[in-house]
Amino acid sequence: MPSLKDLKTRISSVKSTQKITAAMKMVAAAKLRRAQENAEAARPYAEKMNQITAAIATSFFGIEGAPDMLVGKKSNKVYLLIVCTADRGLCGGFNSSIVREARRIVEDLTSRKKTAKLLCVGRKGRDNLKRTFASDIIDTYEGIGKQGVSFEEAIDIASRVADMFEAGEFDVCTILFNKFQSAMTQTTTPQQIIPFNNPQTTAPEKPDNSGSDAVYIFEPDEEEILADLLPRNLSVQIFQALLESSASEHGARMTAMDNASRNANDMIDGLTLTYNRTRQAAITKELIEIISGAEAL
Amino acid sequence: MAENIEFELVTPSALVMSEAAEMVVIPGAEGDLGILPNHSPLIATLRPGILDIYEGGKSMQRIFVSGGVCEVQPEGCTILADEVLTENEITRASAEKRLVKAKKTLEETIAHAKNFREVNDAQKRLAIAKELMSIAEKIEKGS
Repeated sequence: MPSLKDLKTRISSVKSTQKITAAMKMVAAAKLRRAQENAEAARPYAEKMNQITAAIATSFFGIEGAPDMLVGKKSNKVYLLIVCTADRGLCGGFNSSIVREARRIVEDLTSRKKTAKLLCVGRKGRDNLKRTFASDIIDTYEGIGKQGVSFEEAIDIASRVADMFEAGEFDVCTILFNKFQSAMTQTTTPQQIIPFNNPQTTAPEKPDNSGSDAVYIFEPDEEEILADLLPRNLSVQIFQALLESSASEHGARMTAMDNASRNANDMIDGLTLTYNRTRQAAITKELIEIISGAEAL
Repeated sequence: MAENIEFELVTPSALVMSEAAEMVVIPGAEGDLGILPNHSPLIATLRPGILDIYEGGKSMQRIFVSGGVCEVQPEGCTILADEVLTENEITRASAEKRLVKAKKTLEETIAHAKNFREVNDAQKRLAIAKELMSIAEKIEKGS
């Protein structure tokens, strides 16, 4: 049986923890709203970009001499996996679900005799993956999205990836991130970004009234536009993934902290009850002692 | 001429503008393009320059774009721009600052660049800054 003093310190320590988690929840909620707005604002650009690239891409498929970044290299031995996690913890299953998925993909690739390379975005992912795949991690980006994700950060990563692709360091690139669904749910999504994943060849043909199957005039010619468009499209896709990931992180943290505050509340209730009982027991004991002492006289 | 085209200007971080216009003049990579309603489908890359939006026969809005892509459909025109500045946002001081910075970065990149792309990027940045500077000068003279 813990003493009264012990119980009192326990209660006050849980109370201060609860204050912290409640504050973190508020901060996460505010950040989530901003991140969500950013993600929504970026959506039209990404959609349009994908449409235009797809329109050009269709005219290139099956043609000799099409850029590797569009149609892929002949070999597909080396895979690059960009793993988007957070820099900080205390956000529920956010980081661990990504890491688990990354681990599964890498193990799957190794079992098929392919090589996997990892590029980590966020410190938590690197720390976790380092234990098992230390030799596969090429580099880590930290501090992404501290002040909200900026397009420059995405360009940074994209140009690094493009350089590596041109140097022949990998054949296929996939970005793994948490897609934001709501503050409660995030889904781990692997998305292939190199070679270009053409929605028109992978998705079943759907009736399109925007007239995107129209024959375009290109100015300058297709190749030059494509050379300009592909790296841009790469940055946009990475940007989109980073935005989703950042919104997911704040959502996950908000939910986790909400749960923590609620648990702390339950714990305080339980502890207060024990405290009062113990106090009552002590008083009763003292009374009995006094009465029996008086009776003995 | 009652017909209008749906004009959209999008940057990676926001939908800047979405409205109907009579004509849009786009700074294409190989010369300016005037887009009127019922233009045949077109995809073009942009050079840094001024985007002109016409309404009622005269230019209503002038916007600086630093580059990007545009897609034209008979009924609309979408511009994917890297960076957008309205005329009020352009000042001579900021343009000058940017020009100096771009020149410096180019020199630095040429000195120890790892690959061709880095130099290319820096050159592009300088071209954007130069264009912005000349526009800033023009605005100053005009006002």
